[in-house]
Amino acid sequence: MSYPSPLQELITKVKETRERRLKETYPRLKPEEKEKLLKQFHPDYRAETFATLRVGPNAGDRTPKELAALLEADSSLDPNKLALESPDYTCDVLVIGGGGAGCAAALTADDHGARVIIATKLRLGDANTMMAQGGIQAADKENDSPAIHYLDVLGGGHFENVPELVEALVTDAPEAIQWLENLGVIFDKNPDGSMKTIHGGGTSRKRMHTCRDYTGAEIMRTLRDEVKSRDKIIVLEFCPAVELLTTPEGEVAGAVLLNLNLNSYLIVKAKNVIIATGGSGRLHYQGFPTSNHYGATGDGLVLAYRAGARLAFIDTMQYHPTGVAFPQQIVGQLVTEKVRSLGAQLVNIQGEQFIFPLETRDVVASAIIRECSENRGIKTPGGVDGVWLDTPMIEILRGQGTVKRELPAMVRQFARFGIEIDKEPILVFPTLHYQNGGVAIDPFCSTNVPFLFVAGEASGGVHGRNRLMGNSLLDTIVFGRRAGKAAAESAQKRPDHLNLTLNHLEKWRRLLKEKGVETKVFSPVLLPDYTRKKA
Amino acid sequence: MKENLIDIYIMGEHHQVPDSLTILQAMEYAGYRLVRGVGCRGGFCGACATVYRTTGDYHLKFALACQTKVEPDMQLAMIPFFPAHRPRYRLSELKGTADEVLRIYPEMLRCYGCNTCTKSCPQDIDVLGYVSAIVRGDIPAVADISFDCIMCGLCVSRCPAELVKHHAALLCRRIYGRNLAPRSEHLQKRIAEIREGKFAHALAELKGLSKKELQERYAARDIEPEE
Repeated sequence: MSYPSPLQELITKVKETRERRLKETYPRLKPEEKEKLLKQFHPDYRAETFATLRVGPNAGDRTPKELAALLEADSSLDPNKLALESPDYTCDVLVIGGGGAGCAAALTADDHGARVIIATKLRLGDANTMMAQGGIQAADKENDSPAIHYLDVLGGGHFENVPELVEALVTDAPEAIQWLENLGVIFDKNPDGSMKTIHGGGTSRKRMHTCRDYTGAEIMRTLRDEVKSRDKIIVLEFCPAVELLTTPEGEVAGAVLLNLNLNSYLIVKAKNVIIATGGSGRLHYQGFPTSNHYGATGDGLVLAYRAGARLAFIDTMQYHPTGVAFPQQIVGQLVTEKVRSLGAQLVNIQGEQFIFPLETRDVVASAIIRECSENRGIKTPGGVDGVWLDTPMIEILRGQGTVKRELPAMVRQFARFGIEIDKEPILVFPTLHYQNGGVAIDPFCSTNVPFLFVAGEASGGVHGRNRLMGNSLLDTIVFGRRAGKAAAESAQKRPDHLNLTLNHLEKWRRLLKEKGVETKVFSPVLLPDYTRKKA
Repeated sequence: MKENLIDIYIMGEHHQVPDSLTILQAMEYAGYRLVRGVGCRGGFCGACATVYRTTGDYHLKFALACQTKVEPDMQLAMIPFFPAHRPRYRLSELKGTADEVLRIYPEMLRCYGCNTCTKSCPQDIDVLGYVSAIVRGDIPAVADISFDCIMCGLCVSRCPAELVKHHAALLCRRIYGRNLAPRSEHLQKRIAEIREGKFAHALAELKGLSKKELQERYAARDIEPEE
């Protein structure tokens, strides 16, 4: 046991109240109660942490200050120093990003005969997809239907989701599962082959498909292996895109990559570009810790915005209710929602439940923030606030050994720091988890900029103002495949000759000047900087 | 909280860092802005596989830099990229039999059971156990034992027979998932129903509802009980 003694004493309270709590169910909140809780405590409502954009397609919209600074920044490129007339690579489809959506898009474009290049900032597969533990939704059981799934998604997203995108998501879902199975993904099943499915926050049916608690990793390593098996797909690792290339007409025609090994630029001419760069948790909005991958710095939003693409829902971020609050070494890392799906309750310092554990993520996160700001949270030795997540309840409810069997990754993560989660509760606090918004797309992943497609977390609209667990893995596969198909088909119709320019960048610089936006920031930022700042 | 500083050595260079940090955080504390050797920072991606020993001890130890706390006198090195062999194959062109795995990875038969792989696994996987299962053709066992593999390749780096275990295990898992795991009838049925347009009407109706009507439908949903 590695909890320091002050925390040990507090755990006694959790143990004392457990027997009573096993019998009690915290009531679900009514719609107006949810609304009130969100307005009072959700980070999206902290007005002082937002800025209003002054330039670009979303001028007048608000977004977190950290993102606004990057969207209104300059590029570090000097167009005169790049030999655009002699590209290093030519392809039909350039996929920027090597996570779930990027790989799904590349594989599908390859299936449709396109010459594909994947450019990725780190290694292929280094992405948020790899870290998704909880599961992937699909309405494939008898008591469920795409329509029921649709309603759950809309309720989670505050009824502001783009209906056509949700329709695509829920309709393609079962086929996405089958596609993954055919690639060799191993889902948790009963002996008769039926899927073992569980609830997630905000689901009205048990439709969460899992691969133990390595669901994202299992999907990602399979997709990566398949990409590496395709002779024709070229993968450029450690080569993030730093700017899109456009024709004089403003249509997308490729990208400038930065080879991080050689610190040199690569010019890629492409008939179509798919942005699949994922999220932006590493921008640490409002100073929150994050569960995101090291590379999640919102590059795709910046590139698309400068090329004229409209963004959607960029004023809402998802704070996963249960990030690790202790031990200090893993603060912000995810405690999968599956823990609550399996029966663990959230408990304050008095050992009392304060929220139904499977409300939607924004509601649960707000409730935890409320407990902590009203002094019913637990102060950790690292100075972070948290509440208890009573994991040993899972063992009582579902039998001994359940935690080790269902949550091996979680068990391992805490065991490394001497905490046995099947015997001791853990401390959690919301962590910056997901970029609800992104580049606005239609159901075929097109944007308002010709020949620019977007899929996965970099796109916005399908999840509205809040995403349900298990719909991001689904989103990456469904829209990754749709983008791959659409881009491959579009490439067949576009002529080979494309005049590569950086005209959009020159236009952007003029705009900044016109609007009086003075910036010393260059974007995209590519990687966070965690080196110690010496005083 | 007062920081307790300890001595560590990164690529031979001396640094003092707080003892509460992970290896990855200690490198950043020392001033390294990492490009390679860093990934999810949560123990899932295998990017930060690292080798170390402590001064005066000849043993080499293995860890994920994001999941391991620093110790006094650690001598650290990052493994930037391990060039593991991976033949090309198309799963869809395989029949899904055990001998195909050994045809693609014939070197697996060279294992002489030294168990160094198991000792070097930061995920505590019984690597030798699944290598044995590969050799005897038990693909379900390989899939089960190797499931938590994060593909860091540390087992390969230490193997005297130079076996690429993590890639061979992944091939087995993919064969299991595609060919051997029982299929879900309800999934096939639902896909057929969707293709027939069974839900198109219900979805069209929902798409046509106002926000208020949707809210009412949502509030009135029946929720599948937990058990």
